[in-house]
Amino acid sequence: MGAGDALAEVVRDEGTRVLATLARVTGDLTLAEDAAQDAVVRALETWPRDGVPDNPRAWLLVTAKRRAIDVIRREARRPGKEAEAVMFTEAECDPPGVVHDDLLRLVFTCCHPCLGTEAQVALALRTLGGLSTAEVARGLMVPEATMAKRLTRAKQKIAKARIPYRVPAADELPARLDGVATTVYLIFNEGYAAGSGADLVRGALTSEAVRLSRLLAELMPDEPTVLGLLALLLLQDARRDARVDDDGRPVLLKDQDRARWDRPAIKEGVELVGRALRRTPDHPNTYAAQAAIAACHALAPSYADTPWDAVISWYDVLLGIREIPVVRLNRAVAVAERDGPDAALALVDAIGDLDAYPWWHATRGELLHRAGRSEAARAAYERALTLGMSEPQVEHLRRRIAALP
Amino acid sequence: MPTYVALTYTRDVDWTSPEYGQEMKDYNEFGQAAAAVMRGGNALYPTTTATTVRVSGGKGGDIVTSDGPYTETKEALTGFYLLECADLDEAVKYAAQIPAAWDGAVEVRPVIEF
Repeated sequence: MGAGDALAEVVRDEGTRVLATLARVTGDLTLAEDAAQDAVVRALETWPRDGVPDNPRAWLLVTAKRRAIDVIRREARRPGKEAEAVMFTEAECDPPGVVHDDLLRLVFTCCHPCLGTEAQVALALRTLGGLSTAEVARGLMVPEATMAKRLTRAKQKIAKARIPYRVPAADELPARLDGVATTVYLIFNEGYAAGSGADLVRGALTSEAVRLSRLLAELMPDEPTVLGLLALLLLQDARRDARVDDDGRPVLLKDQDRARWDRPAIKEGVELVGRALRRTPDHPNTYAAQAAIAACHALAPSYADTPWDAVISWYDVLLGIREIPVVRLNRAVAVAERDGPDAALALVDAIGDLDAYPWWHATRGELLHRAGRSEAARAAYERALTLGMSEPQVEHLRRRIAALP
Repeated sequence: MPTYVALTYTRDVDWTSPEYGQEMKDYNEFGQAAAAVMRGGNALYPTTTATTVRVSGGKGGDIVTSDGPYTETKEALTGFYLLECADLDEAVKYAAQIPAAWDGAVEVRPVIEF
């Protein structure tokens, strides 16, 4: 990262904090975003020339508040006393505890359950992540005008329906936190599914999700859901460079060059999953359990040395939290490695309700292939191909069919 | 404080029929529980009594009426409440206590204050 990137990073981080404070002071997310954006642009213009001020956040806050007051006066859309309230706080710089709470409020407002999932994802990237509308639109493969409309509508709902700018009370916090984690995980998956080769813009969403979950872990360092989420994202993202070959084709876990995995990310992820699990040893959350599985893979020196017993136990934990057919399918794949294809086939066939899921058929095909039942394997692979898979996945299955005797 | 309208969508019911006595009681209980925020509301006659009014050809044009509700759906608009609440979280909390919430759905919308 060059000096310019580092500066941009500081501006972006501090810009979000300034926006969070302004949203509280003005009670208007749109105005706060406009003012914070203006301050960020000015900082990026002047800091490289004049040097970074001693207190970057105070500089940004003062600049943003001036802008907010200008806008309020120009539009005269508010009684004077609110403009005064903004001015009144101009001189002071809020203590860290207040900034912390402002950011938390912003997190829970952007991920409020009364907003649609698409709106939450867009707000998390735009408002919390500080991406431009154009960047969010490209990342989510939506026309920019559509994204602008989606963001405007979401902010309008927050303002008009009065979605509160507040950290949820203790009794609602677990459910609300799950909602926040789901939104960040969705963003990660958008990027993860795109891969890192072909589509860099979408792939960058994984970094954005890691960044957002880091922010959550900074704000709520004692919440196991947040620790588990960050651990999971780091461990998944650590394999980014090894997941595609030089031609952009996906490389299966089994065939990945483990030297290309990001070791510092793995180390951090493993430590975090340990912290998350120690906090709730009796009832780990779904992210921590998934992170534990990812950690088993990340720490294995080779695919053959994967601790399959541990992987299978963690799948059992995960199924204990919530019974999900796809998790049972993944568990069966781990069982195949430990006990052979026949034992796994019995488990896969017992799942039953995944007939429309191409990976159920593809997995059956693979297991039948290994069990030496070529004709049944071919039929299962062919069935998977009729159910709509991505181009690289189709290519992979065709290679597997060609490898049948 | 903003006012919210909570529109109740349920089976198309005739509140005046004794058959719905128990349900009316449930709604009255809600009315008492929400007295602090209640600013109005009414139960409506069934959709068979509804008339949809349109004016064709712009303002001042012909009045065209049709028998029945504006939209024919499985669940009908059967009543509404006006609730004055601090924010959407509070409005949702009250809306969740309206019997329609488990007998259909409740749509919560902020009211424009002119």
